[in-house]
Amino acid sequence: MSLDEPTISRRGLGRLGVAAATLAAVGAVKAATSPAAAQAAGGTIKVGILHSLSGTMAISETTLKDVMLMLIEEQNKKGGLLGKKLEGVVVDPASNWPLFAEKARQLISVDKCAATFGCWTSVSRKSVLPVFEELNSILFYPVQYEGQECSRNVFYTGAAPNQQAIPAVDYLMSEGKVKRWVLAGTDYVYPRTTNQILEAYLKSKGVAAEDIMINYTPFGHSDWQNIVASIKKFGSAGKKTAVVSTINGDANVPFYKELGNQGIKATDIPVVAFSVGEEELAGIDTKPLLGHLAAWNYFESVDTKENKAFIKDWKAFTKNPKRTTNDPMEAHYIGFNMWVKGVEKAGTTDSDAVIDAMIGVSVPNLSGGYSAMMPNHHITKPVLIGEIQANGQFNTVSETPGLVVAQEWSPYVEDTKDLIGDWRAPMRCGAFNVKTGTCTAGKKA
Amino acid sequence: MKLDRISYLTLGFVLGVALVLALLNQMTALGSALHVPTYVLALAGKYLCFAMLALAVDLVWGFAGILSLGHAAFFALGGYAMGMYLMRQIGTRGVYGNPNLPDFMVFLGWKELPWYWYGFDWFGFAMLMAVVVPGLLAAVFGWLAFRSRVTGVYLSIITQALTYALLLAFFRNDMGFGGNNGMTDFKDILGFNVQADSTRSALLVISALLLCGQFLLARFVVASRFGKMLIAVRDTESRTRFLGYRPESYKLVVWVLSAVMAGIGGALYVPQVGIINPSEFAPGNSIEAVIWVAVGGRGTLVGAILGAILVNFGKTWFTGALPEVWLYALGAMFIFVTLFLPRGVMGLFRARTSKEPEPEAPEVAAAHEVTG
Amino acid sequence: MRRIAALLLLIILMQGASVCRAEGIDDAYEALAASAGSISAASFNSVRLGIEQLAVSGDPRAAAVIGALQDGLLYANDDHALFIQQPDGSYADARTGNPAPDVTDDDVKAVRINNAVRSAIEAALGSLQLFAPDVPTRLAAASAVFTSHNPAALPALTRALAKEADPAVKQRMEQAKAAAIVYDPDASQRDRLAAVATLRARGDQDARSLLSTLAGQTGPVADAAASAVTAIDRVLQIWSVAQSVYYGVSLGSVLLLAAAGLAITFGVMGVINMAHGEMVMIGAYVTFVVQQTMHAYVPSLYQISLLIAVPMAFLVSGAVGVAVERSLIRWLYGRPLETLLATWGLSLVLQQVVRSLFGANNRDVDTPAWMSGATQLGGLTLTWNRMYIILFAFLVVAALMAALRYTSLGLRMRAVTQNRRMAAAMGIKTPWIDALTFGLGSGVAGIAGVALSQIDNVSPNLGQGYIIDSFMVVVFGGVGNLWGTTLGALTLGIVNKFLEPVAGAVLGKIVVLILLILFVQRNPRGMFPLKGRAVES
Repeated sequence: MSLDEPTISRRGLGRLGVAAATLAAVGAVKAATSPAAAQAAGGTIKVGILHSLSGTMAISETTLKDVMLMLIEEQNKKGGLLGKKLEGVVVDPASNWPLFAEKARQLISVDKCAATFGCWTSVSRKSVLPVFEELNSILFYPVQYEGQECSRNVFYTGAAPNQQAIPAVDYLMSEGKVKRWVLAGTDYVYPRTTNQILEAYLKSKGVAAEDIMINYTPFGHSDWQNIVASIKKFGSAGKKTAVVSTINGDANVPFYKELGNQGIKATDIPVVAFSVGEEELAGIDTKPLLGHLAAWNYFESVDTKENKAFIKDWKAFTKNPKRTTNDPMEAHYIGFNMWVKGVEKAGTTDSDAVIDAMIGVSVPNLSGGYSAMMPNHHITKPVLIGEIQANGQFNTVSETPGLVVAQEWSPYVEDTKDLIGDWRAPMRCGAFNVKTGTCTAGKKA
Repeated sequence: MKLDRISYLTLGFVLGVALVLALLNQMTALGSALHVPTYVLALAGKYLCFAMLALAVDLVWGFAGILSLGHAAFFALGGYAMGMYLMRQIGTRGVYGNPNLPDFMVFLGWKELPWYWYGFDWFGFAMLMAVVVPGLLAAVFGWLAFRSRVTGVYLSIITQALTYALLLAFFRNDMGFGGNNGMTDFKDILGFNVQADSTRSALLVISALLLCGQFLLARFVVASRFGKMLIAVRDTESRTRFLGYRPESYKLVVWVLSAVMAGIGGALYVPQVGIINPSEFAPGNSIEAVIWVAVGGRGTLVGAILGAILVNFGKTWFTGALPEVWLYALGAMFIFVTLFLPRGVMGLFRARTSKEPEPEAPEVAAAHEVTG
Repeated sequence: MRRIAALLLLIILMQGASVCRAEGIDDAYEALAASAGSISAASFNSVRLGIEQLAVSGDPRAAAVIGALQDGLLYANDDHALFIQQPDGSYADARTGNPAPDVTDDDVKAVRINNAVRSAIEAALGSLQLFAPDVPTRLAAASAVFTSHNPAALPALTRALAKEADPAVKQRMEQAKAAAIVYDPDASQRDRLAAVATLRARGDQDARSLLSTLAGQTGPVADAAASAVTAIDRVLQIWSVAQSVYYGVSLGSVLLLAAAGLAITFGVMGVINMAHGEMVMIGAYVTFVVQQTMHAYVPSLYQISLLIAVPMAFLVSGAVGVAVERSLIRWLYGRPLETLLATWGLSLVLQQVVRSLFGANNRDVDTPAWMSGATQLGGLTLTWNRMYIILFAFLVVAALMAALRYTSLGLRMRAVTQNRRMAAAMGIKTPWIDALTFGLGSGVAGIAGVALSQIDNVSPNLGQGYIIDSFMVVVFGGVGNLWGTTLGALTLGIVNKFLEPVAGAVLGKIVVLILLILFVQRNPRGMFPLKGRAVES
């Protein structure tokens, strides 16, 4: 090909000009029409659903999109909200973190959603956080996470570390007589923080440093042969050993398969996982995993009236009798019902009014109690510890006696041990240092 | 250097739209019918940064025959340099209020700033790094690769290995770049609030200006004697070598230039999207950048800009309008373009005027014969 | 005479014991029944003690009751009567085995178990099954007793040992006995030292684990244990090198399988096939479908459904490959870099198709019994699934080489890729050969999917995880050379596995990638470059 100057005919030029003008016009029209469009849709309240439907996180997040659509449909059957119909706006951020921010902005400023339910990974939440704060909108985040955050615009309906990790370790220490610990995780912020907290906690309980092994692997790690072997070796020092797994999503299936094949049984070295739920187990042959543990705030096997009704609705909605339910779904169930109550209490969907109204709202959870929204924008939850059954369900073996209040700032991390978050009227601060009496971050007038 | 009409038109279009959007955003009231929301500004800014990446890819692929499947690495490195500057600007406004360390280091229990973070408090230094780091990496990589005459698909595959290795490296929390979460929650750039509409408008206009500048530079390079040599290298590298030239030097220079251009794009990208993290290194991103160029038209420069804007506009629109099936649409678009528009959108115009035969791309022939 | 006296003594002792037993049985059942429905630490403890009592009570129903508890089928009503749920959902009285027709689901609560209880169950069943008629059960029972190393099992072990004829079981029982004696404070020092020696001779990680608990204490037994631990560690250290090689070969064989198809489509045909990973994924989903179908319609073939899936996956992926070649690739010959773009688009579409058909979630492909678990070879742990995959990978490559070399189709394929025009002139239908070659490569990728379904997620993203590695392997080995691909895959696998313990999983992989880049820069055409005029453009 020769490198002549690209020559172009008049007609072609005209076309390009038209194309350019159209593109510009689209932008302008889009800009011009969106507020008007929102006004026209006065009869509905829009709810944003920001979950990846493609890419690596689709495995986990698609279900949450479905459960939101179901909750919205059911609310509409009950007569909607404030006399208006709810409408779910589904977008696909495609497991792409900058795209999460872009889509969040679209949901808030173009689609005018009153609240958004979404995100799974910490990085996606961190990516959208500035957007929600800037535009003063509301995000419900349904996944267990590392804590160390308390934004005015986010309601955290998943578990903080003290609502999941610490009770699990306590259980293993008392019931399993575990003396030696492997903290295995995927190398990202949730496992790092959780392991940091656990390490401090274990040391405070008198576990020696040489009895703790910490191992990080990349996302989607698929060859676990020598890591499992080294766990086995670590466990052969004569003390009862357990693995605390914060291994994420995809990497779990090969990990558990390798555990099963190398013959590590739960009675030898139990593995307690914080990211493995019913949905993940549905993709694994669970027979070799019998007895390995998970700590959550909800299991599909929980035997309550509310849960049975929820499962029935879910199976009917998805038209699939095999669909499982899991903990983040319950978090959305709680979060959505709280939001509905909060909006009813405030009488409007205005963000400021709803944010203030939300604190103290209490709704039934699926494990037979009530969860309440606390001033730190986290909710109270029971902690359940379950053992994996051959049928892919969990058998609850321990339950905290009452509800656990989330510690958004960990007392086991040096820089955050004096911080609290309280979004009630006089304080209104996400990170208030009780020692110095100052608000270090997240102050909002 | 003589510019053709389509170049003028593209320049005018990029600058004009950016200016109009910025002005409409700034001058009109929030409720006004003509008001451009921030959302559109952010989108337009993102497209322009991607266009810079596409331009960089087109420069090496279209004119030197180097198909890079790792160009997003240079883009991301530039982005990280900017991200580090922006992190330092947060100062005590971080969640932990630590004046010396970014939040993610505090939470990992680091006590002092690693040495490679020194200097990023200064905008000038950070911007220098946004150019130097990608350039240096490209220089080392290119020097090794071109000297030993790695060409064609082999080069493509090792560029992919490069970006994949960087992805894994930046993903490690121990590296001190924020791990998988990367850097986010930026506050100020040069004292201006990054979230303010005025800053966004300014960034958009700057992006447009820099894109135009890069375009002019690229045109100047390819139109020069140096550019003719590049094309000679692209078309038959061995013949050029027999004529006494050193193809590797030409390739190295344009390769480094292209990496620098991508780095600048990345540096502007970060304040506008508000996050930089290792997924920018994902091999898929680099492949997508190549696709933008292919859609626009390889070896045209203008096409790269148009392709980047077009594909990303499509992506924005599809993911919102057809969330369940948008991948079909995007995938089908790529297949359609390669099958029916071998010269991209630009080919539509050119086909009418020139009747030159289909180009037989050189590395194509190379790769094909190797198989024998 | 002495023998008779001993026998008499034994009879007296046993009668004394049986008096205690009668009370013990009731207590044991009560302990189980009282804890039904509860998940408190106290109730689990009570169940555990109940099992231990029951196991030594000699009650003929003990094995059945404990077995039911293990399967989660033991229930109790409010009057603390125990029932076992039958396969048809009805209940039977646990202590007699008689049907209890008027008991319904609402009357009873399950006796819950946790890991501690499960350990007790395994130990109890172990000592009860030491006398089982079949060898594998006895072997498993002896292993369970070894793990529990409970001195209470010693009498049963001694009796079982006296009767045992099978040498393997006998050895395992000796080891179990040693494990129990080592922990028995009442045993004589001589016995305990002998037990330490037995464990030392076993020399594996389990033995080390048992001994290292003792090693911390003082006394001659502890000293013997400490030196045994050191000795075992030294041997294990040597084995660990061999183990790393095995891991490396295993990883290499996975890479080889993933790359073998690409070695055809990319290596031989020169098509940069970014949808290669999706062909692998399709193969994995075919495995899933075949297994489900077998499960539903032909349960007798369920165990070998993987073997049936191999040809199916080859055919399905191969057919998709032929279709893709006919509709897409053939328009792009001579423009391989554009095939990259088109096949990238195709890979997006294929992922989404699978997501729409099967959902975004992982699918569960069971590992058949013959592929589960591991075998011990000296100090090596060889997992069966990996062993089969290694074997399978080499079979696939051998078959592929044979097909290219000895079949007429292979001959034509080589002819077409070497000199298309000449081949056409010789009357070979080149378009048809192109399609079949691409189909062959895709089919092999599909076969890889069958193997990968055994070790990885079966999800729409499956292929994405292997595509980059596959290209690296093919380029590293030298394009167009199956031997190169094989050696390349094994080298990468082994290097990776030796780096991983030193540098960690992430850093190890980065180092491998950098080494690969440097290698390709030194040897721009891979390990086994094709020589000849065609190489230089």
